[in-house]
Amino acid sequence: MTAGVMRTQRPSARQRAVSERARSGLIRRRAVNIVMLAVLAAAAVITVLPLLFILSHLVAKGATSLDLAFFTHMPKPVGEAGGGMANAIVGTLIVIGLAMLFGLPVGVGAGLYLAENRGAWLANSVRFLSDVLNGLPSIVMGIFAWQFLVRPLGHFSALSGGVALGAMMIPMIARTTEEMVRTVPTSLREAALALGYARWRTGLTIVLRTASAGIVTGVLVSLARVAGETAPLLFTAFGNQFWSTSITQPIAALPLQIFNYAISPYDDWHRLAWAGALVLIALILVISIVARVATRARFDTGSGD
Amino acid sequence: MTFRKTGPIALVATVLVACGGGGSASHTSSDSTKSPASAVGVDLTGAGATFPYPIYSKWFADYARETSIKINYQSIGSGGGIRQLSERTVDFGASDAPMSDDELSKAKGAVMHFPTVIGAVAVTYNLPSLQTPIRLTGNVLADLFLGHITKWNDSRIKAENPGVALPATDVLVVHRAEASGTTYIFSDYLSTVSPDWAKAPGKGKELSWPVGIGAKGNEGVAGQVKQTPGAIAYVELAYAKQNNLPTAQLKNASGAYVAPSIESATAAAAGIADKLPNNTDYRISIVNAPGPRAYPIASFTWLLVYRNQTDATKAKKLKDFLHWYLHSGEGTAATLDYAPLPDVMKTRLDARVDSVSVGGAA
Amino acid sequence: MSGSSISPTVLMADNGSGTVVGIHGRHIGDRVYRGAITLFAVCVPLLVALVAWEIAVAGWPTFRHFGLSFLTSSDWDPVKQRFGAAPAIYGTLVSSAIALVIATPLAVGVSVFLSEFAPRWMRQPVGFLVDLLAAIPSVVYGLWGIFVLLPVLRDPVMPFLRDTLGLGKTPFFTGPAYGPSMLAAGLILAIMVLPYIASVSREVLLAVPRAQREAALALGATRWETIWGAVLPYARSGIIGGIILGLGRALGETMAVTMLIGNRQEISASLLAPGYTMASLIANEFSEASSDAHLSALMAVGFTLLVITIIVNAIARWLVWRVGGGAASKPL
Repeated sequence: MTAGVMRTQRPSARQRAVSERARSGLIRRRAVNIVMLAVLAAAAVITVLPLLFILSHLVAKGATSLDLAFFTHMPKPVGEAGGGMANAIVGTLIVIGLAMLFGLPVGVGAGLYLAENRGAWLANSVRFLSDVLNGLPSIVMGIFAWQFLVRPLGHFSALSGGVALGAMMIPMIARTTEEMVRTVPTSLREAALALGYARWRTGLTIVLRTASAGIVTGVLVSLARVAGETAPLLFTAFGNQFWSTSITQPIAALPLQIFNYAISPYDDWHRLAWAGALVLIALILVISIVARVATRARFDTGSGD
Repeated sequence: MTFRKTGPIALVATVLVACGGGGSASHTSSDSTKSPASAVGVDLTGAGATFPYPIYSKWFADYARETSIKINYQSIGSGGGIRQLSERTVDFGASDAPMSDDELSKAKGAVMHFPTVIGAVAVTYNLPSLQTPIRLTGNVLADLFLGHITKWNDSRIKAENPGVALPATDVLVVHRAEASGTTYIFSDYLSTVSPDWAKAPGKGKELSWPVGIGAKGNEGVAGQVKQTPGAIAYVELAYAKQNNLPTAQLKNASGAYVAPSIESATAAAAGIADKLPNNTDYRISIVNAPGPRAYPIASFTWLLVYRNQTDATKAKKLKDFLHWYLHSGEGTAATLDYAPLPDVMKTRLDARVDSVSVGGAA
Repeated sequence: MSGSSISPTVLMADNGSGTVVGIHGRHIGDRVYRGAITLFAVCVPLLVALVAWEIAVAGWPTFRHFGLSFLTSSDWDPVKQRFGAAPAIYGTLVSSAIALVIATPLAVGVSVFLSEFAPRWMRQPVGFLVDLLAAIPSVVYGLWGIFVLLPVLRDPVMPFLRDTLGLGKTPFFTGPAYGPSMLAAGLILAIMVLPYIASVSREVLLAVPRAQREAALALGATRWETIWGAVLPYARSGIIGGIILGLGRALGETMAVTMLIGNRQEISASLLAPGYTMASLIANEFSEASSDAHLSALMAVGFTLLVITIIVNAIARWLVWRVGGGAASKPL
């Protein structure tokens, strides 16, 4: 460049027209930007609103029934004060624990398989059928579990309930695992392999760990859903008025108890139903927080923020 | 490293502590069983009808308090109860409708029916302008639910209610969405009094309703009626009472207008009770029962028990409970809006319990 | 990277933990790993096959007896033992469609908002709240729907739609507004389906590499244009995966829908009219059904739902494949 003064010319008419159009285009684009921001914010608000409505409704109706007796006592007949849902709370924890035992390995394993074998016909079928499984009504899963786990054994059990719920968790966990594993950069995988890690070790320790935050979200959302399902438990876990923690016996569960109380004619049972729903949601909340805290150390993926 | 691992461990620990902590709490809470030995496992399992769930749960709780025998009853529906009993996955069943011959033949043995309490099905409606209960006959009721009568100020309704100002509102029929014993009792009555109804839709736990919308459960029906002016529906008496819903007075077989109540339900059974043959299997319908104070839409609900039991211990526990409900349980039925059996029936049923036997050793 | 193993002569080195992993150890580990995940993956078709087998066998007598009229007849009469599932099929499809149409823009919108525009401190809590929607039991959704949503719909929303907006002139909004209706069911389904689409979308959007965004911004794009042009296309397949999950949920939901749909065995074009869904039908009648014919009919409905789920999913995938560029794109 010559070290001289650059003479600025007056822009020609055409140059002025072009920059006018560019500026007005820019103004329009910026306007669109702001409008879309508002629209998205509105979407966020609308999405969260029903939750707040429902939670406030539950709190208004059920919070008064939440006392210590609720968490430590068994259900009592109508009219007797001091009844609780202790057995249902523990029962729900046991049943969803069993569901995780079945659903988590199958879901994560299937998701890993799908992510590593994208084009294979088996992978496509598994992916497709996983979505189909997701679409089955929960009562059909319950009937299926009854047919295979209750009828031959001759009695209801927490185990059969866990299996029914676990089967329902698989599609969401598999899908989330697959999607999140796919987002792990190939460079990370190749680096591990180049360092001498075996494929299995890469898959389990590097890839899974990187994708774990998203997978945990998927697991928690599917856990939240199955924790609130009534229909599959009707013919499998069955419900129990008394204290029981055995997995081969009928067991109480919060959704069952909530349902029984909600369809009754009595107001104090209705209040207990709302309180039970609050406790169920709080339970999921606690499990979610603990799970996220436990996996937070793995959060720095270095991408996307 | 350690922090990452403590999370899941903390969760598992919480669950275990809850189990253990809850377990000790159950021993100290007032409604726990007396002997620790029977704190593990229940003695009997039963399933079925939803209508008597409140009274059964009270009975089983009282029984556990008195005798330490634990009976786990879950209301999965009458059909579910019959199915589980037929498969012998439960020790007894409960049903709001008697088992049909077809169902009896599919069970793994002869099944005995024991009526426990009587339910009344109330006809409820939403007409805020009415000060007194509306009066209806069976035929008018059938035509309302068939869709033949579409406005509340129809001449036929006026004929039953002289002097009452009826609004010109449309009639909205609300029925049960899911199959239920309540529907069975209601349709049983309508089939008895209305030939049109008997032809279609007929009698059953689930019907093809000509008009109306379906709400889920008695609670759903009651809720829908409360919110919709002009609605008419049928609900179990307890729901009408608890929700302060107006109930119609129905013309019974003797020509009197009777309101649904515990007394009128028991009266319906009493009207039939002394006419029962000695070898009745108690699969009887008491709709449109004779008697001046009888409420026309009433029905028993039954406990279903195998005549031939396979397990001697369970058979004894079952028989003990059956005796108990007939002597003590019936006394508390009214506190929860259930009509107790008439005395003459209780005595006969008490004797009938002895027919439950254990078929040979093991 | 597909399953080719790495040449053993190249990688005999220390793998960082101080031990040299022998060739045999590595291969066996890999084989076990691959075997295990294949086994788990195969569980899925196995499960579906078992369920399908069971309901097909139970439902076969109904299909044999009624043939095609089972799918086209509107006459569902358990007393006369006549079973036609057409209204239920129609209702399932329509209510799910309404749910997806309402939920998808909201869910994707909130996910985009959280991952792109919202300040960092808002991301976790609000995302958490959205996920919590999945924790509400469906019976609670139903009860809330009955006591809060239905009265609001009956008055003022439905009359507003029908009369004030004039939509009543179209066949989709005619008739009296009782409250329980296809619209109510579609709305509650939309709320229930939201967390599935939103959570998957959010995670996928967060995983889009920063480079994508920075490249677009460097070219002068506004925030919105970055999202629309660079981020969303990258996350598209994940988001669609979330939508399909939501679709599955909508097709199979029973409790909340049956409390809000009016349970009327009738096909009506109007969204204000009551309807029925297959899942509700099964759930409503299964507990009480004790005749063989009735049970078989319900299982036949279950099988029909399974087939419809397969068809709908197949159509969804085909659409995605087309949108994604046809044969040139990667499989979904």
